[in-house]
Amino acid sequence: MSQSDNKNVVFHAEGLTKTYQMGEVQVHALRGIDLDLYQGELVVMLGPSGSGKSTLLNILGGLDSATSGNVTYMDHNLVMASEKELTEYRRYHVGFVFQFYNLIPSLTALENIAVVTEISRNPMKPEDALALVGLSERLHHFPAQLSGGEQQRVAIARAIAKNPDVLLCDEPTGALDSKTGIVVLEALQRVNEEMGTTTAVITHNAGIAMMADRVIHLADGKITEVHSNESRLRPKELTW
Amino acid sequence: MRAIDIKLWRELWGMRMQALAIALVIVSGVSIFIMSLSTLDSLYESREVYYRNHHFAHVFASLKRAPLSLAKHIEEIPGVDKVETRVVALVNIDVMGFPDPVTGHLLSLPDNSRGLLNQVYLHNGRLIEPGQDNEILLSKEFANAHGLKPGDKLRATINGRSKKLTIVGITLSPEFIYQIAPGALFPDYKRYGVLWMARKPLATAYDMDGAFNDVTLTLSKGTNPEDIIDRLDDMLKSYGGKGAYARKDQFSNRFLSEELKQQETIATIFPVIFFGVAAFLLNVVISRLISLEREQIAGLKAFGYSDLAVGLHYIKLVLMIVGLGLIGGLFLGIWLGKGLSNIYMVFYSLPFMLYTLKPQVILAAAFISMGVSVIGTLYAVRGAIKLPPAQAMRPEPPAVYRATLLERLGLQSRFSQPTRMILRHVERRPFKTMLTTLGIAMACGIMMTGSFQESAIDYMVEVQYSMSQREDLIANFTEPTSDRSLYSLQGIQGIEHAEGFRSVPARLRFEHRFYRTSVEGIEPNGDLLRLLDTELRPIQLPDNGVILTDYLAEILHIQPGDRLTIEVLEGNRPTLEVQVVGTTKQYLGVTAYLQRRALNQLLKEGNAISGAYLRVDKRYEDTVYAKLKEMPRVAGVIIHDTAIQAFYDTLAETILFYTFITTLLGATISFGVVYNSMRIALSERNRELASLRVLGFTRGEVAYILLGELALLTLIAIPIGLTIGYGLCAYMAFEFDTDLYRIPLVLGQNAYAFAATVVIVSALVSGYMIWRNLAHLDMVAVLKSKE
Ligand SMILES: Nc1ncnc2c1ncn2[C@@H]1O[C@H](COP(=O)(O)OP(=O)(O)OP(=O)(O)O)[C@@H](O)[C@H]1O
Ligand SMILES: [Mg+2]
Repeated sequence: MSQSDNKNVVFHAEGLTKTYQMGEVQVHALRGIDLDLYQGELVVMLGPSGSGKSTLLNILGGLDSATSGNVTYMDHNLVMASEKELTEYRRYHVGFVFQFYNLIPSLTALENIAVVTEISRNPMKPEDALALVGLSERLHHFPAQLSGGEQQRVAIARAIAKNPDVLLCDEPTGALDSKTGIVVLEALQRVNEEMGTTTAVITHNAGIAMMADRVIHLADGKITEVHSNESRLRPKELTW
Repeated sequence: MRAIDIKLWRELWGMRMQALAIALVIVSGVSIFIMSLSTLDSLYESREVYYRNHHFAHVFASLKRAPLSLAKHIEEIPGVDKVETRVVALVNIDVMGFPDPVTGHLLSLPDNSRGLLNQVYLHNGRLIEPGQDNEILLSKEFANAHGLKPGDKLRATINGRSKKLTIVGITLSPEFIYQIAPGALFPDYKRYGVLWMARKPLATAYDMDGAFNDVTLTLSKGTNPEDIIDRLDDMLKSYGGKGAYARKDQFSNRFLSEELKQQETIATIFPVIFFGVAAFLLNVVISRLISLEREQIAGLKAFGYSDLAVGLHYIKLVLMIVGLGLIGGLFLGIWLGKGLSNIYMVFYSLPFMLYTLKPQVILAAAFISMGVSVIGTLYAVRGAIKLPPAQAMRPEPPAVYRATLLERLGLQSRFSQPTRMILRHVERRPFKTMLTTLGIAMACGIMMTGSFQESAIDYMVEVQYSMSQREDLIANFTEPTSDRSLYSLQGIQGIEHAEGFRSVPARLRFEHRFYRTSVEGIEPNGDLLRLLDTELRPIQLPDNGVILTDYLAEILHIQPGDRLTIEVLEGNRPTLEVQVVGTTKQYLGVTAYLQRRALNQLLKEGNAISGAYLRVDKRYEDTVYAKLKEMPRVAGVIIHDTAIQAFYDTLAETILFYTFITTLLGATISFGVVYNSMRIALSERNRELASLRVLGFTRGEVAYILLGELALLTLIAIPIGLTIGYGLCAYMAFEFDTDLYRIPLVLGQNAYAFAATVVIVSALVSGYMIWRNLAHLDMVAVLKSKE
């Protein structure tokens, strides 16, 4: 059964383009994206490197602006939004997991999460968020004292700790082995199911696509294919 | 504590050395600011209290002789509070074992009293006991200069009769904070002193029993001294009044006020420069910090921290460093201020010093240092928050370089690859390049102000004491005398030449402006006193008409051709009108000059002179002094060489201190600026330079890329710095102008050379330190790291 039929549209994008000016040459990162994301669904985005996945996610998250086209989140128009409105949008609605983690090196794991929860409306306790990703033992470690995978899990805990309405994850399992990868994906799925958080996950790993409601394929700045899974697999059942 | 604030503290700790270095610059700025201003306030406050507690008079007047009964009438002038009459005389003093002539300013004091007005402060010893005719109190400076103490004796020639006097007390007086002999411009404590003795013997010696020749008054609140002066002048006219004057024209007070004003200029220049440098260093360091943290900034923004919150985060970091410096500077400043105030207390012979630290001064220090540093970092912070988070999150893209202007002009083939790297780097960051250059230039400029004072003062002395005033001695008479006395002077063995002069106190007026000084009648073709024009050529003094010191003409806004009103303050007090025929360049004092005969005629007197300029054969110096001491008409003598000496002594200490500070400051700044910019450049270009080493460049070749830039900037900065220095000197010369002296804008080659040398040396030192840093360039680690 496709969940998309009976759910409300959360994100609506139309004719979205993004062009970077690099000196004399123009790089067309997005070349006209039309896309709807629905309330509570889990979407996986697949595509080769440079296809524009991060760019799309960043625009949805209010981190970057489109060159042309239109994006709305619920009743927020993200293209027309002022800097202040975008900040509020990010603060109260979006949870981010960055491709390069972006932890603050001078803060411990716990404090890296507190930095976000302190400015959100009804966050989890930072300890609980870390427990969700299996890092209860590492509360007071600095990023430099954590492995790459542990850093990535802190980044995920940080994203879910504020109980966001949408969760945007850029390669959340890129640096993880299959066992910890599964722990992380379970955490994402739990948030998605229990809180109804609309979730978009970028990955290079086609296997992960099986846990999604829908899979979106990008290539060369365009959506080439969208397909819905009949049923979602649990992370444990994925073939890595 | 909020996590974001924890981040702040940790980062502050992480950069503690750099933070400390910046904080120290701020400590210097704040402490000098607090020190100078609190010292200034303390001086003003202490002077005020001193004046009040010791009843320093508001109006002063001297006259020939008036009966004591006149005092009653003076007291009845509305607005007059207290009146004290005195007998005052200039006497020759003989200190055992000191051959030079010494002038004593002798004042009468009621028995066993400190006086009614201008009360003396007894430093040690006791007051004069009733009926003791030969006891005196002595000014502390004079006593110290000769090592005299209570119980010691000296001789004074009082109205022609030599008298032995016993010192019973050493005193200070609000009337003589600055002690300068009449006609001199700078203190000479060995050759001029103030003495007090009982009224009776002094009055008897000068035929002043039941009379007085000096009167001082205090006024009740809100009284305009000018009104009282007019009334007093009228009353004293028939008693040979020499013109009353207000406290603001009182010599010691005026001198002190001028000095305090100059202190104010210095007190503001230095801290401003310090704060500027601190702002620059903060900008350099914070820019670097921010460029290292651009991804974290993007992260914070992605989580929903607003631009303002992120900006404030870094501003807070800056304020923490500044706050640290501020607190340190405050305590250091108070400590230094107390120390300096005490030095001034001794220097100005104040009996006490009330240390005064106004809250406004602290607030201003806080406000200025915080404001300046926030402005200094705002640029860097703004750049960081302007970046959209998505873009900031990616590693910084390779910097955009382009062929430089020089290369585009077709000079490309002249430059090697490393030289091109230097030029492109310099041109790519014009703002930063400009700031660094400006920082070095500032350092260079500051140093010039130090040597400027020295060369300026040498020049003043050269013009004043060797081109204009060429006498060996000036003899001042007790009263105007026939010019025949010149013959008796010339008769003394050793006196080769004598030129008489007539000097009268006067109020000069043009339109509504007036100025109180003396009018000098001099010989038209004099050899010992020559007036100079702006090109320093001697001026021929015309038969009629007056020539003014250029500064006096400026004060009065009068020009050649205008008619100057001279209100003579002596004798019959005539009012004269004379045409101004020119101005003369003078750096010391302000005077109006006429031919002596013309002045004699205007005053309707014979060929009178007030004194003489003398040329003396060095071999007979001592006998000439001795002979002059014996002449009752000669009230005092000013020795040319000791006048120069006194001038240097007065200024030497402050100038040495100033030169020392400016050199230290300049060297610190140029080192701080050069080293910091290079250090940051090294960290920014670590990867690039390490790659070059990997490619086989030697350490020297790599160093050339960094140090070549340093050399280029230094070379550009020096001429700019010399120009800035010239401007700073011109500003100081202008600010220091007073009617006592003007500082000429003279900058010898050595001033330029010195400043440039210090800058080059400090650049070499920082270059050497960078060179040593380059040895530790870690090729492997640098290539592995992400950035
Ligand atoms: N700030 C930028 N300036 C110039 N070009 C950019 C910028 N950001 C992205 N691009 C270009 O836009 C295209 C899309 O980039 P994007 O980061 O969205 O790719 P991606 O699909 O996330 O790739 P990957 O899987 O490697 O992360 C790329 O060609 C990239 O080089
Ligand atoms: Mg990507």
